[in-house]
Amino acid sequence: MDKNVSIIGDSESIKGFSAIGIDIYPCEAEDDAAHLLRNIADSEKYAIIFITEEVYNSVEKERSRYADRITPAIIPVPGVKGNSQTGKKRLSLFVEKAVGSDIIFND
Amino acid sequence: MAVMNVNPTRMQLSKLKKQLTTAVRGHKMLKDKRDELMRQFLDLVRETKELREKVESEIENCNAHFVNASAVMSKQSLDASLISPKQQVNIETNTRNVMSVDIPEFVSKPRTSDSSDVFPYGFAFTSFELDDAIVSLNNVLPDLIRLAQYEKSCELMSAEIEKTRRRVNSLEHVMIPRYQDTIKYIAMKLEENDRSSRTRLMKVKDMLLDKAHNYSGKQ
Repeated sequence: MDKNVSIIGDSESIKGFSAIGIDIYPCEAEDDAAHLLRNIADSEKYAIIFITEEVYNSVEKERSRYADRITPAIIPVPGVKGNSQTGKKRLSLFVEKAVGSDIIFND
Repeated sequence: MAVMNVNPTRMQLSKLKKQLTTAVRGHKMLKDKRDELMRQFLDLVRETKELREKVESEIENCNAHFVNASAVMSKQSLDASLISPKQQVNIETNTRNVMSVDIPEFVSKPRTSDSSDVFPYGFAFTSFELDDAIVSLNNVLPDLIRLAQYEKSCELMSAEIEKTRRRVNSLEHVMIPRYQDTIKYIAMKLEENDRSSRTRLMKVKDMLLDKAHNYSGKQ
């Protein structure tokens, strides 16, 4: 079954994505983010949920529920406020979990 | 020495020996699985890292385009031009099995036949900066989807590697030594029993001979 792609974040960062066919879910307050993510992820409509870095960092508990499922893939992307290296930190966390220490990003 | 709480019998001994061979074989297989997973995982992480760097710089670029667009257009008209999208990204999710880990493969299918047909507005009342922004964003889309696939795979594989590593370690440092120690303990106990019954028999034989031939009385 085909699924769609969505993005959660502040409306400034995500409005452009609606033009290329990604469903946008604007979210300004951090408290709403957790609820919103849960609703979207549980709807099983989306294969990929992009999420801006600021929002990503505020919904850690919700994210972990979907960590061992194949879909939805919850992926952080930088918003208009600039890049806070969240994506790289996430990757380095994976390396640390698998190898025991970060051997890729420690340069 | 960690000995399991078992009865030192031959039955237990042969049972434990069988369990030990299974554990050793399982340990070897899990170790191979871990090594292969690790190799593939590290390759994937390196690739993902490069892709992420590329995607992040591209998105920054797109955001700059959008800032330009919002500078020359009013917020209302910008929002109005983006409000009804033409495209819808459809993703078909296939799974691939890598060393018993299911990892996703996302295949995107555009709704319209021409994937570059993205502009959800007429060109009359919008600025070319907005066109630039949307074209650049549309060009990032395949990379974004690939990034999502790679990162999800990394996430799933790292969890599996951690699990496998724990199993390998527990077999190597706990289970196998415990089996070996217990087998040694039972073997020693059985030998000890054997020796004690042998000496008892020799003693009894001595006593019987003594009685029959009255050795002690002759002295």
